[in-house]
Amino acid sequence: MGNEYKIVDHTYDVVIVGAGGAGLRATLGMAAQGLSTACVTKVFPTRSHTVAAQGGMSAALGNMGEDHWTWHMYDTVKGSDWLGDQDAIEYMCREAMPAVIELEHYGVPFSRTEEGKIYQRPFGGMTTHFGEGTAQRTCAAADRTGHAILHTLYQQSLKHKAEFYIEHFATDLIMVDGQCKGVISIDLATGELHRYQAHMVVLATGGCGRTYFSATSAHTCTGDGNAMALRAGLPLQDMEFVQFHPTGIYGAGVLITEGVRGEGGYLTNSEGDRFMERYAPNAKDLASRDVVSRSMTMEINGGRGIGPDADHIHLNLQHLGADVIEKRLPGISESASIFAGVDVTKEPIPVIPTVHYNMGGIPTNYRGEVVTLKDGEPDTVVPGLMAIGEAACVSVHGANRLGSNSLLDIVVFGRAASIRARELVEPGQSHKPLTADDIQPALDHLDKVRFNKGETRTADVRDRMQRTMQKHAAVFRTGESLQQGAELMRGIVDEFDDVKVDDKQMIWNTDLVETLELENLLAQAQTIVHGALNRTESRGAHARDDFEDRNDEEWMKHTLTWTDERANVTIDYRPVHMTTLTDECEVIPPKKRVY
Amino acid sequence: MAEFTLPANSIVKTKGQVFKAPEGATNVRTFKIYRYDPDSGENPRVDSYEVDLDSCGPMVLDAMLKIKNEIDSTLTFRRSCREGICGSCAMNIDGGNGLACTTSIADIEGDISIYPLPHQPIIKDLVSDLTNFYAQYASIEPWLKSDTPAPPDRERLQSPEDREKLDGAYECIMCACCSTSCPSYWWNPERYLGPAALLASYRWLIDSRDDATGERLDDLEDPYKLYRCHTIMNCAQVCPKGLNPAKAIASTKRMMVERRL
Repeated sequence: MGNEYKIVDHTYDVVIVGAGGAGLRATLGMAAQGLSTACVTKVFPTRSHTVAAQGGMSAALGNMGEDHWTWHMYDTVKGSDWLGDQDAIEYMCREAMPAVIELEHYGVPFSRTEEGKIYQRPFGGMTTHFGEGTAQRTCAAADRTGHAILHTLYQQSLKHKAEFYIEHFATDLIMVDGQCKGVISIDLATGELHRYQAHMVVLATGGCGRTYFSATSAHTCTGDGNAMALRAGLPLQDMEFVQFHPTGIYGAGVLITEGVRGEGGYLTNSEGDRFMERYAPNAKDLASRDVVSRSMTMEINGGRGIGPDADHIHLNLQHLGADVIEKRLPGISESASIFAGVDVTKEPIPVIPTVHYNMGGIPTNYRGEVVTLKDGEPDTVVPGLMAIGEAACVSVHGANRLGSNSLLDIVVFGRAASIRARELVEPGQSHKPLTADDIQPALDHLDKVRFNKGETRTADVRDRMQRTMQKHAAVFRTGESLQQGAELMRGIVDEFDDVKVDDKQMIWNTDLVETLELENLLAQAQTIVHGALNRTESRGAHARDDFEDRNDEEWMKHTLTWTDERANVTIDYRPVHMTTLTDECEVIPPKKRVY
Repeated sequence: MAEFTLPANSIVKTKGQVFKAPEGATNVRTFKIYRYDPDSGENPRVDSYEVDLDSCGPMVLDAMLKIKNEIDSTLTFRRSCREGICGSCAMNIDGGNGLACTTSIADIEGDISIYPLPHQPIIKDLVSDLTNFYAQYASIEPWLKSDTPAPPDRERLQSPEDREKLDGAYECIMCACCSTSCPSYWWNPERYLGPAALLASYRWLIDSRDDATGERLDDLEDPYKLYRCHTIMNCAQVCPKGLNPAKAIASTKRMMVERRL
């Protein structure tokens, strides 16, 4: 055990971990307000997974038909299956319009209407008049909206001269007396450790799609911030809610945007039947994602899947015509051609529900501050720590996120966090020096993984975890299968004790990074499987065959999960916020969710 | 006679390690991969990995992940989205620059050689140092500059025709395939901006919302920054997104001429 690291010290007013849409929006917002700001990221900013978002960003601009943010709020609450916090949802839907206008002013190359306004397309679960009509609410830059937004936010960060630490892998938070004081990273290029002291640390580290075998998520989506929070003794919230996107390319898992259905595409089974008409008579193919994914799974389970193994579904867009496809959906035409060998102007795309998004994450309030349950108080703020984007659970998505609400979430709450940080932190405020003891846990943690004397390959443990999660915490779940999954996961977590890191160098040691990422994934997989086993109801993306109905009396509450050093899970709860921030809207009471 | 000194560690040692395919594998391809170990400081080598394609995905990245997962976990390369949008896994594959994640193994004949992007400093194995490339991108000030204040609570208007001009210019993923395939960029990497940065510059030159066209063109008025493009067209040849930086550069040169008339 060495502990003989060269440590480079930094002090900043604020440090953001992660440079996706949320991290960059916070970074440029904080830098622009005069806070000394550092952004620490394991990949170059434009390589963050926001870049892969396709369909768009919701905002009730009403550019292409009537719209109102309270309708957007209603849709989001209904989409969340009443697990979303209504104060936060109100904030997000109201701030959506200024947020998207701001992005346009930054230079995002949105597609345009004939009048020159931002183009908006229909998306699943987005309606007018509280569920009556179809809203055209999703602001799009062709089908490359995430790319357009992420690159623009990076450009604005350059403009505001924010400081970046690129290809730095963050390992642990520095916690002193329950307060976050900073963060530790490994500089991949040199192998040196960096210690950032800051008055505010913002976790914008994304989701953990790679807990599963087949995900639209990038290889880098390992939820590192979530795991850092767990190691710091903080809980994660609602981790059992994992969104399966209806249309991942069969085999490759690559995303095909919901915007395809927004533009008029539809799903068919092996009989050529447009089955969504049966499951969601009104919304049809534009029902919310959990509903569509379940319907597809039921078709496949009913023997009406496509292909030699009857195990996938067809997404048809041939009828849209080459013009619409070229103008509105050029990116997915390319993806379908490369990864499925399909010419979308002539043939349907083979698709299957694929893990896509974590509704759960680090619990926060609508200002981005991390909260926890402490001494019976469920909204206790953790000083010095914020979380935003997919890493956070505000909770605006509740049990199921609507498509195009995540690009919205990252921009609105990235901005909210920067506003709140400026309220809490005076530029140039002095720092109380850290002691060697403060970072010892982080160094010990790193050494433990790096020098572990084991025999098992990191990739083998990861593969077993991913296959177990895919099988036992899938679209449909049962107590029996989840129990088996929990037992298997226990064994897999224990296998991590025998993991070995072959690469002994410190420079660009991706073997070490992947092992640290695996450790992060294992803890989160535990919270998912135990949260799912514990929740004996069906709500949103969490569908239990043995408890088919939503049970508001017992379960309209957020799950909190903590892990110990062996990744054993303990569970408690926070209430759902059934209040609004202003009198301009009313609380939406729970009712049966039909599309 | 002029004497040239090659940079340190630029010569590849002939003998690398060979990792044989497992017994009984029938559909085997050999991947010859450039390795450089920064700690030893020894010259780079090429290791050979025999991969059983019957248990491997269709893309070059799938084979590289299989090697890292099952054969040699020390093999070092960047990767993230695996769908051709993040630009991480740009490398020199079978002699041409491309993304490992969208390059099909079936499209390559014989042994598959994999090297880092050409003419960049190497940090380790296939990881090259792109600091200069990124700095050049920042140097063109790639953000919207406007003298006219935007309407406070509405978007700036832009006609579909004006928006269409950005197609082919905004989709760049900054993978660096183009710039590092350009002989002119190899020769003057500090002074010639290269195709990627010039495409980014053009994206703002033709954006109807941007008012800084004159200033942007002034900044390119230099013997090297723009004019070292000699229309070799390697950039357009290799771009994994099918973009044509050379055309954008030609259009920029035309704008330079037109504003003098």
